[in-house]
Amino acid sequence: MEVALSVVVGAFFAVAIYLMLSRHMVRMLLGIALFGNAVNLLIFTAGRIASEEAPIIPAGMDAPPGPIANPLPQALILTAIVISFSFFAFLLVLAYRAYQDLGTDETDRMRLAEPVADKLPPMGY
Amino acid sequence: MSLAALPGTDLASAIVITPTPLADWLVIAPVVVPLLTGALLLTLRHRTALHGAVAVAGLAATALCALLLFVRVSESGPVVMTMGRWLPPFGIAFAADALGALFALVAAGVGLIAALYSLRDIGTADRRYGFYPFLMLMMAGVDGALLTGDVFNLYVWFEVFVISSFGLLVVGDDAARIDGAVKYAVLNLVATTLFLIATGYLYGVFGTLNMADLHSRVAAAGPEAPVSTLAALYLAAFGMKAAAFPVNFWLPASYHTPRIVTSALFGGLLTKVGIYALLRVLVMIMPAERLALSSVIAAIAVATMLIGIACALAQNDVRRMLGFVLISGIGVMLAGLALGNAAGLAGAILYGVHSMLVTTALYLLAGMMRAAGGSYSLDTLSGLYDRAPLLAASALLLAFAIAGLPPGSGLWPKVMLVKASLDAGAGWLAAAILISGLLTTIAFGRVFLLAFWRGVAETRPAHQRRRTSRLAFVCLGALLLPSLAIGLYPDPFVAAATNAANGLLDPAHYVGAVFPGGAR
Repeated sequence: MEVALSVVVGAFFAVAIYLMLSRHMVRMLLGIALFGNAVNLLIFTAGRIASEEAPIIPAGMDAPPGPIANPLPQALILTAIVISFSFFAFLLVLAYRAYQDLGTDETDRMRLAEPVADKLPPMGY
Repeated sequence: MSLAALPGTDLASAIVITPTPLADWLVIAPVVVPLLTGALLLTLRHRTALHGAVAVAGLAATALCALLLFVRVSESGPVVMTMGRWLPPFGIAFAADALGALFALVAAGVGLIAALYSLRDIGTADRRYGFYPFLMLMMAGVDGALLTGDVFNLYVWFEVFVISSFGLLVVGDDAARIDGAVKYAVLNLVATTLFLIATGYLYGVFGTLNMADLHSRVAAAGPEAPVSTLAALYLAAFGMKAAAFPVNFWLPASYHTPRIVTSALFGGLLTKVGIYALLRVLVMIMPAERLALSSVIAAIAVATMLIGIACALAQNDVRRMLGFVLISGIGVMLAGLALGNAAGLAGAILYGVHSMLVTTALYLLAGMMRAAGGSYSLDTLSGLYDRAPLLAASALLLAFAIAGLPPGSGLWPKVMLVKASLDAGAGWLAAAILISGLLTTIAFGRVFLLAFWRGVAETRPAHQRRRTSRLAFVCLGALLLPSLAIGLYPDPFVAAATNAANGLLDPAHYVGAVFPGGAR
């Protein structure tokens, strides 16, 4: 199961990076959403999965009887999901606003802050 | 079953039995105070007239707490507080050592001064869009990142200040800020996600996220642990946050677009948190891997310094020039990280303090130049020497400080770094620091020549000229004075930076404070 998920994580990263290299905001946003999920799956896999046992050590024992999943990575993912979701929501609104204000979703044509023909400072006076 | 009923368990070794002494609450005060003030400001969102005063009061309290914390850490070593009763490494620890307390103090001071400056600059519309709540939450995030003792918690604080900085960045009225915000937001999100990837692997390898615990475990790890990969991932993530050369392009695309106070705060604080995280992770947790990566870091440092300042020379907009000068300064700090000995790290830390003060002051100066001269462009700025002599004097002192000339604060950290590079046999690193200093002098010499000395026939009638407000000068002076103090009487500052560097290189006191009963 971990091996299969590792392959999925790798595929997610590859697709996410490919999409983020695009110049179009919509594809970049899809890439960012996948990127966040790839990381979440990565942490999930690192915490071991193949078990339905609760991670509780029975009374009178020092260690759990069988392999159990580590609950901490799952708590980390919950935090990371909330954060990446809120970032994604912000970026969606920002991209829409950029489309309204700048009239394009292509980052190469967003040159208001960095004009193509930027003046050089005067050489003297 | 109650805990006390379990036979043979030593509760004191697992959970906090005695309540944390009240004095130790100081370590979370620089985070809690701005968080609560931010929440208060949200409840006052319709009463915008109050926002400025509440924010300044909150940041003054934050700065006071940070000062008390710094004094306490300097006197009696690292202060630790554990959340939720579980002792480290399971509970999340807040741990302030000399480096964290020093940076938190300077950050809180800079935040307070920028908030004071913003009182005249931030109008009702900006207040209604939430400038001050965002400001307070960003300060909470910055202080949290500087004071936490847990790597995942560091990630959370990074996200807190990054998302608040998005808010600050889009407050305003021109379309260029949206353009800048798109690039800033996407690239910063990628950087923090890289940080999260590295942290996921770190937990997978070591099973702990507590920094003090990681310090011992990484040192004890065998060659099969992929620590070099982790170090490289952290270098990429934090290098991007700090705007190191190949991954710096989000900074000049965005830092000149928002309100000048926002630019000043971002330039002063955010990149320095990236440098802090690099120091914390690479020097304290993974020292052997930092050594292995040192030639890579040195190459990045030289490229960042020289390419940054070369780009600064080609800028017509003063704010864009400052962005590139800031990037060049990041290279100087990375040089200290590449050297990695006490002298080099102390130089980098002192340069960080200097950079927080002077970069913020320079952006505020740009705002005042615009108020006096009507523009940010070197094309049109002129005659400021006549019109605002006090501004000209401040500009000259700040130019000396950023270029590393006496009596400014840039001199001593650069002296320390150049000497450390020469001692380490890296003459080219020393040469790069000196050349970037020379080019910085030229860049600011030209600003002075064009904006201040160039005379111009005054076409506007006298009553249309705007006077620079007295408050702005007070803020500029409050940043300039500590900078001059570092330049003229460096001993206590060098001692504090050396103390912080030693705490990173040999964190025995830090580990001892997090694990009072000895490491696991």
